[in-house]
Amino acid sequence: MPRLTVNGKEIEVPAGTNLIEAARHAGVEVPHYCYHPGLSIAGQCRLCMVDIEKTPRPTIACNTLAADGMVVSTETDRVRETRKSIMEFHLINHPLDCPVCDQAGECWLQIYYMQHGLYDPRMTDEKVHKPKAVPLGPHVMLDAERCILCSRCVRFCDEITHTGELGIFSRGDHSEIGLFPGTELDNKYSGNVVDICPVGALTDRDFRFQVRVWYLESAKSVCPGCARGCNIEVHVNRRRPHHAEGRRVARLKPRFNADVNRWWLCDAGRYGFAPVDAADRLLVPTRRDGETTTAATWDEAIAAVAAALRRWPADEIGVIASPKMANEDLMALRRVLDARAIRQVGFDVPPRDPGDEDSFLIRADKSPNALGAELVGLGGDARAVVAAARGRRLKCLWVFGHDLLASRWPEAEVLEALRAVETLIFTGANANRTSARAHWVLPAAAWVERDGTYTNFEGRVQRFRLAVEPLGQALAEWEMLGRILAALGETSTATRAEHWFRQLTGAVPAFAGLSYQSIGDTGRVLTRDAPARS
Amino acid sequence: MSGEAILTRNFARSDSHTLGVYRETGGYQAWAKAQAMEPTAILDEVKRSNLRGLGGAGFPTGTKWSFIPKNHPGPVYLVINADEGEPGTFKDRYLLERDPHALIEGMLIAARAIGSATGFVYVRGEYVEPWRRFAAAVREAYEARYLGSGFDIVVHRGAGAYICGEETGLISSLEGKKGWPKLKPPFPAIKGAFGAPTIVNNVETICQVPHIINRGAEWFAGLGTKTQGGTRMYSVSGRVARPAVYETSVSITLRQLIYDLAGGVTGNGKLKAVVPGGSSAAILTADEIDVTMDVDGLRNAGTMAGSAGVIVMDETVSIPEALMVVARFYAHESCGQCTPCRESTGWIYKMTRRIVERRGRKEDLDTILDVAKRGAGTTICAFYDGAVGPYISYIEKFRGEFEALVPK
Repeated sequence: MPRLTVNGKEIEVPAGTNLIEAARHAGVEVPHYCYHPGLSIAGQCRLCMVDIEKTPRPTIACNTLAADGMVVSTETDRVRETRKSIMEFHLINHPLDCPVCDQAGECWLQIYYMQHGLYDPRMTDEKVHKPKAVPLGPHVMLDAERCILCSRCVRFCDEITHTGELGIFSRGDHSEIGLFPGTELDNKYSGNVVDICPVGALTDRDFRFQVRVWYLESAKSVCPGCARGCNIEVHVNRRRPHHAEGRRVARLKPRFNADVNRWWLCDAGRYGFAPVDAADRLLVPTRRDGETTTAATWDEAIAAVAAALRRWPADEIGVIASPKMANEDLMALRRVLDARAIRQVGFDVPPRDPGDEDSFLIRADKSPNALGAELVGLGGDARAVVAAARGRRLKCLWVFGHDLLASRWPEAEVLEALRAVETLIFTGANANRTSARAHWVLPAAAWVERDGTYTNFEGRVQRFRLAVEPLGQALAEWEMLGRILAALGETSTATRAEHWFRQLTGAVPAFAGLSYQSIGDTGRVLTRDAPARS
Repeated sequence: MSGEAILTRNFARSDSHTLGVYRETGGYQAWAKAQAMEPTAILDEVKRSNLRGLGGAGFPTGTKWSFIPKNHPGPVYLVINADEGEPGTFKDRYLLERDPHALIEGMLIAARAIGSATGFVYVRGEYVEPWRRFAAAVREAYEARYLGSGFDIVVHRGAGAYICGEETGLISSLEGKKGWPKLKPPFPAIKGAFGAPTIVNNVETICQVPHIINRGAEWFAGLGTKTQGGTRMYSVSGRVARPAVYETSVSITLRQLIYDLAGGVTGNGKLKAVVPGGSSAAILTADEIDVTMDVDGLRNAGTMAGSAGVIVMDETVSIPEALMVVARFYAHESCGQCTPCRESTGWIYKMTRRIVERRGRKEDLDTILDVAKRGAGTTICAFYDGAVGPYISYIEKFRGEFEALVPK
């Protein structure tokens, strides 16, 4: 472990640490563009210069490994001057079109110019012109004039996705990022190049011109798109509701987690938030009587569901829970089922088309919490529940989230089952063909509208947090289930998701000892040998 | 030519490139001798000869070879830089065309010294005839079993980029990648072509090696100065009576080279300036030509021996125009990898062009000098430092000529 000094502070870092990371250990930020901890060292931007004692001139920190006894200074006069010069070189051909650039407000040219530039511009000649607004693929737009040629995007496609769509073409100040002939930037992780682009050269086609970034608020969350549970930030626009046609979720950004997704997020997850603000959101509880659907109050809906659960014997009630429900919801559901001794429950509804998967992040299981549902004890045979309904052995069927008519099960059989029961209850955030057949629909809050935890396929319990208020009268499942529990005469004092989590840690040994606090921002792996789900 | 012609001794013969003539004049005898020598003995001989790299950097050749790790388990490569692209330099093409077997023999000996079984010769794309001649010589050498019995040569043609003459840019290009210089460390001797320890030497440098083995380090060292042995080939061009390649001792002065060998300034004109070592070398005024043409002599004069491309300018030459042409070259050839070089070569070219077109501003000259000095030493390779040589020296030494072009 080399011991070295950075700006007078002595630190010890693991062998093989470069000076940018070593400086971070000392709380010192070395400005840089091309360096990215997840990619190979390029050493091209030349901004990360530092002074090393006994070295004749400033040296790039990214390609210099910390060594024992090294004395590093990041703020000497000549380092400051060099940085200023490098900033000027970066900006002489840059269009300075910040007023119309989506990156403005989170652009490292702006940030570093203010921190390290502040020179008087001297470049008065015509700038080099390059292609603008070039779609590189379904998600990414290129403005080559804004590009500082740091090559991060090229290295991402070479080293992370191994798809190699991008290259740097031409030479000198005519160099530009581009696609190799016949290719398109359409790999499954293409959106990441927008995140790692330090400037406005690569922008998100979905986000372009929608909202200025300084109006966005951010909540730490977890992607619900598959069993990986990539850590994300949900960026929401609450302050300018007239922007982006009222779309509240502006974008999802990966959040670093060394053990889950590192810096990355797949496109399916990144752009999978459309249902949150979609027109098919369920906004109020409804009751269907024949062809007539009418709005109901929550009190009416809760009373009706409690009555149905009481009215039929437990063996005539079936429940299909969802692996997209949070651990807290599942715990609340288990309490409801226990209160009535309902045993016909399952959650595993096979999708019509098997989910894609790869050896990087994407998992075939497109639900975020199948392991949680299993551990909470809701892992019965879902198909048997449907079969019981079809065989008229059930009077009441309660479906959470699923569209059973879109599953791999034969549609005719499912339809028969849905028709056979006297009371069909549906709980979910968005309408589907199953909810359309329900007698009672209880609108659920979307995952960005509430707190909760998911257990990923590796048994890592991770928190997600409320980013926007629920639409309409939608409630988190745990909340409506708590009210149903009370209506069934049970005591329920849980008024927050965290309360349900505490119950879970007491009820399910796998979760023992965990708390929201101990889970923190990066999650905790279950304490006992939780069965890993393949 | 003064003194003894060594590298160019057969150049007068029209069939000098053939194996027959090469052998007739003592060819491949050094290789026979070297085969009986321990590799360390070859290395030691080359070290003591004071042979220095003749491609541009002037690094001691024997020292460079000694950087190869001992007993390396994998392959070690010898790469010959025949990408001669430095403006004003045209010597290696003659060696490839007129004495290709000298290079092959030198490679055999160098490869033995560094423990290499494979050599690559990276030939400048525009050098069609030199490439044909060299490739034919390689075929002859295979037929004669000099090659293929423990050492092979791969001939690779470049595609026309100056930066591929930079040793790590050349390696990138050889590997099939864009010719971008590589970050150092690691240096090529540790991790070079295809990740293996690699020595990159210039054509002329390696052509000297058989003579050193044949006639001994002391003889070679005695031909030059205290710190640089041997002769070298000076490409003399521009406003001289007899532009040509001249082989002579590195102890010759620039004045002797221009007036004694190249016949003086064209039409008995007045000498104005000389670029002594290819376009990247700082310019010398007519008063500064009493310098010896070895690496250290020119370094002490504030310029460099570089590739020994001597460009002579007389009073008819506009220095601002010359700088504009040079600046255009560097702007065009910058690989674009490092920000300071990529951005400022283009910027400086635009400023020099404006000055030549009489649209310059008073502050332009200081801006060019400042930009050049700020960018110097901040990049991956020496390309930008090479561009800075002319930027600064042309303006500092001929400032009045630039100022005269700026509208009042």
